Amino acid sequence: MNLLIPEFALIISSLGLLMLGVFKKNSQKLINNFILVLLVILIGIIGVNYKDNQNFFNNTYSVDLLSNFMKITVLIAVIFTNLISSQYLRNQSLTRFEYSILILFSVVGMFTMISANNLIIFYLGLELQSLCLYILASINTTSVKSSEAGLKYFVLGSLSSGLLLYGCSLVYGFTGSTDYYVIANSFLTSGDALKFGLVFILCGIAFKISAVPFHMWAPDVYEGSPTSVTTFFAMAPKIAALAALIRFLHIPYANFYADWKAIIIVISIASMILSAVAAIGQNNIKRLMAFSSIGHIGFILAGLAVGTKQSLSAVLVYVFIYVLMNIGTFACIMCIHRKGAYFEKISDLSGLSKNHPVVAFSLSMLMFSLAGIPPLAGFFAKFYIISSIIEQKIYYLAVIGLISAVISAFYYLRVIKVIYFDQPVDNYDPVENIGIKFSLAVAIIFILFYFIQPSLLSNIADNVALNFK
Amino acid sequence: MLLEYLQNYLSILIFLVIAIGLGFAFIIVNFICAPSHPDSEKLSPYECGFEPFSDSRMKFDVRFYLVAILFIIFDLEVAFLFPWAVTLSKIGALGFWSMMIFLSVLTVGFIYEWKSGALDWE
Repeated sequence: MNLLIPEFALIISSLGLLMLGVFKKNSQKLINNFILVLLVILIGIIGVNYKDNQNFFNNTYSVDLLSNFMKITVLIAVIFTNLISSQYLRNQSLTRFEYSILILFSVVGMFTMISANNLIIFYLGLELQSLCLYILASINTTSVKSSEAGLKYFVLGSLSSGLLLYGCSLVYGFTGSTDYYVIANSFLTSGDALKFGLVFILCGIAFKISAVPFHMWAPDVYEGSPTSVTTFFAMAPKIAALAALIRFLHIPYANFYADWKAIIIVISIASMILSAVAAIGQNNIKRLMAFSSIGHIGFILAGLAVGTKQSLSAVLVYVFIYVLMNIGTFACIMCIHRKGAYFEKISDLSGLSKNHPVVAFSLSMLMFSLAGIPPLAGFFAKFYIISSIIEQKIYYLAVIGLISAVISAFYYLRVIKVIYFDQPVDNYDPVENIGIKFSLAVAIIFILFYFIQPSLLSNIADNVALNFK
Repeated sequence: MLLEYLQNYLSILIFLVIAIGLGFAFIIVNFICAPSHPDSEKLSPYECGFEPFSDSRMKFDVRFYLVAILFIIFDLEVAFLFPWAVTLSKIGALGFWSMMIFLSVLTVGFIYEWKSGALDWE
């Protein structure tokens, strides 16, 4: 039961904080700090029990190395999102205590998704997470765009949940169980029928990780939501959905590798190509990040499609590096403000090199890393994925991945061009917030110096991949 | 034989007579004693404060939505409580405490909505 402490702590403290917030006026700051401390402690608790491996509640909930790795990644993403966005929330007067509590609730949902070993528990976690995200997207009630983002996300999200639920009901109908192990064992008796369920469930999950052709919501929602929420969207929910996808493909559908491999490859190729082409025309940096995340998801799916232990390890490394690159990039985006007003156009970045040389340098390093240019961390992430693909001789996937990486380098490099070579407009506010400085420093140090000891992260990921199943 | 058979239904017959009699009695008493102020509004069909027949694209208070949503939550809670109550003898302590946890979580939500003023119309 020790292994469930993080979940219990999250649930109890989120309910308690909700009561605190509603009874004590102006407790936003207190709640926020409490959550920050709680999440840091949870990383410690999960880290201490990192190697433990156990199933709970009749095999519906499994805590293993994979879930621990993903949970720590989610926690890192949430903690840094919190640090980056405190100043933004104050400037935008979004200081409602519900904001932090909704994030906490959605983390509960993510943890449930990551550990779910049963279709019902998986769906429960997914909905708990999604419902919080819908509200978060529209948390800025004074902005039409934010409300629109929330509504769009809600309508499309509930549609995809419907698809997913339909898939789950098909699987349940053919196997008579929602348990992953039972589904895995009944592939001989109801093989073909299960493929229908697989397709629907994959559609639902592809929506949550915004993979093409279920990506349409992502740019609009990313643009409309408050930037702090966009930061959160870009990282935590995708990690959780990916963890659920990995577990779903490797446990109940392990015997269907040939079937899901084809689907995942198609989704992955479409994501990589679309993000590379569609991002070229974007002027808004949040939309750009949306397309960039679609492309990264494409790479991650390409790794998943390979289906070996090595590729699983590459996927985990990619997810971790992706999170740190996003932390850094959004920390930079949070720096671009004049007198409390935030700017999102890429052209607004001009002159950043003059009045914020450090931020300008960091942002360009992050863009190089997102594009996958050596020796930055983003290169290693792509390198592991591509080499695991080559090892399994799926050459066309590797070639398409490389080509799309080259195309996408164009729009990353364009940002750098605007930063360094365009005419400066006005001075930006100085960066004073310690949270942004710290997050940016951590992300940049990680990305710049990853090449010194790349085996550190990849050994952990290898270990997770080897012990999975 | 037939009489004996019908005797079983005697109580129902008495019940029916009393029910019909009472129903008529109330209507007649009402007809005689109640004050009468006829009004066309009293005859119009009532539907949650809206005109029953009009253009569907009209403005109405968003608080109706809020009330409806809050109602649905507790409606669903009752829908969960019924099967739980029926099977309580079979599901044991685990089932009992699961429902208690569910209800306490729901109560926290209820306190939140009450304190944050979702139940006040103005």
